[in-house]
Amino acid sequence: MRKFEERFFKVLMILATIIILGSLFMILVAVVKRGLPAMSWDMVTKIPSGGFYLGKEGGLLNAIVGSLYLVLGSTVLGLIIAIPVVIYINVYLPKKSFLADITRLSADVLFGIPSIVYGAFGFSLMVYFGLKTSLFGGIIAVALLITPILIRSMDEVARLVPKDLKDAALSLGATRYEIIRVVLKQISPGITTAILLSIGRAIGDAASVLFTAGYTDSIPTSLSQPVATLPLAIFFQLSSPIQEVQDRAYAAALILTLIVLALSLAARFYSSKFSKNKI
Amino acid sequence: MIFGTHTKYRVFKDSLARRIMLGLTVFSLLLAVIVGLSLYFKSSSILHEHSLWSLLSGSSWRPFKGEFGFYPFIMGTLWVTAISIFIALPLCILTSIFLSEYAHPYIKKIVFPLIDILAGIPPVVYGVWGILVVVPFISEKLAPHFVEFSSGYSVLAGGIVLAIMIMPLIISILIEIFAAIPKELRDASLSLGATNWQTVKFVVLRKSLPGIVAAIVLAVSRAFGETIAVLMVCGNMSAVPKSVFDSGYPLPALIANNYGEMMSLPLYDSALMLAALILFVIILIFNAASRIILTRIERRFAL
Repeated sequence: MRKFEERFFKVLMILATIIILGSLFMILVAVVKRGLPAMSWDMVTKIPSGGFYLGKEGGLLNAIVGSLYLVLGSTVLGLIIAIPVVIYINVYLPKKSFLADITRLSADVLFGIPSIVYGAFGFSLMVYFGLKTSLFGGIIAVALLITPILIRSMDEVARLVPKDLKDAALSLGATRYEIIRVVLKQISPGITTAILLSIGRAIGDAASVLFTAGYTDSIPTSLSQPVATLPLAIFFQLSSPIQEVQDRAYAAALILTLIVLALSLAARFYSSKFSKNKI
Repeated sequence: MIFGTHTKYRVFKDSLARRIMLGLTVFSLLLAVIVGLSLYFKSSSILHEHSLWSLLSGSSWRPFKGEFGFYPFIMGTLWVTAISIFIALPLCILTSIFLSEYAHPYIKKIVFPLIDILAGIPPVVYGVWGILVVVPFISEKLAPHFVEFSSGYSVLAGGIVLAIMIMPLIISILIEIFAAIPKELRDASLSLGATNWQTVKFVVLRKSLPGIVAAIVLAVSRAFGETIAVLMVCGNMSAVPKSVFDSGYPLPALIANNYGEMMSLPLYDSALMLAALILFVIILIFNAASRIILTRIERRFAL
């Protein structure tokens, strides 16, 4: 009886694992199967023409470039907030500090806040300041979304920097400000991983940019113009009645999936490289 | 003691940097408060007109008549969340036990990156998969056995898509919890002649119960707030779903779908911001509670 129970649950567990991995496989197959025939050189080099939602000509360049702008801007903005916070709670504050604990907790909690809430918040800010949907608004909303991820994942590595290293630098007469360079050097692979993770989240999120960044068929030339993004390119064009427009959505889904896959692999590569060289 | 000007400059730089970074840290702490307050101010005008209770329990949603009842949307959210947890939880517990207690290291080396990839797939791609695979499956294969007609765009489709989206989160937390349980406890059970599964059942699962509850609460709050994927497959009809094959209209989908016209009607934007506020408050509480439980567990076993 015990042997049977043991075996029964082991089979169940393996089945569960296979189901979960199988669903990943199914998702990838579905996206590739539908997206690959829709891919063409025009898709990645041309902006759509003939009008939003109905125009059959052209490609996705507006969304690809738009997503890049948005990700670049929001990552830079996120880092400007996240790096000082991580340095402060790991270098300036003592090991057991209430402020550090509560900062970590709040980053965890903010990480769980859905992106639609950040979108709604960004929108209410923009209404207050009288702004229209724009690249700028999108950058703010996405930066809010990724800052907690940046703080949390950089903090994980910054916590592991040995205290001795900091003490050694302090005993040589360095100020805490001067230690920052030592710590940053130690955690630089961790920073890279954090950036890759947050780019993955930023490039794939649709709900936060829906209100704030808007959508357009052209490539923005200033921060105050609306901007197209890959997730919204999928979302809007999928509901079009016209086959060619729908194809663009599937092609965008394939491109987005490939980008996210590459980012995830790169993040894993960097973090494994880091764990080998840990002191 | 007299310092040289250079030392003074260095100390000044240090204290300046400290103040700037303290400021940013406090700002990051205040962010949640700022988000909450601004959503509250935006939604206060509808709270002046109607009571919170009448809004939550009202079931008619006619913005052009000024009727804003959230009940169907709350029910839509609950249905979708319940289905997704019901599907995801057993699979995740089994998989996490397998990975942490049974699997050979090289299996972990293959499976962990794959789960990472699953975690990284954007919601909108899950939505595409839902439309391509899940919705047709429900309308053609599954629903005809139970009901006369279903378009497939249903709370079940939303639940299935959501279940897969929240799995990586649940698995990663469960594996962390299982790893925090001391090996000595397992060894003690095994040395008394218990089998591997008995050890899991009586020692590992029992010891990690609070952690599992925290993981479920986190997963629920993730499912509550998911927007785009659910919006794409749920059908979005503002009626309370009666079966899993009916379409539903969860709260986040309501916000996302109507942002375009919300400035055109009085109180409409305020109502949608109230929906965002409700989501924000519920998820904030759920998240804070489960994170506090999880850090406690980590500390208790770390000592």
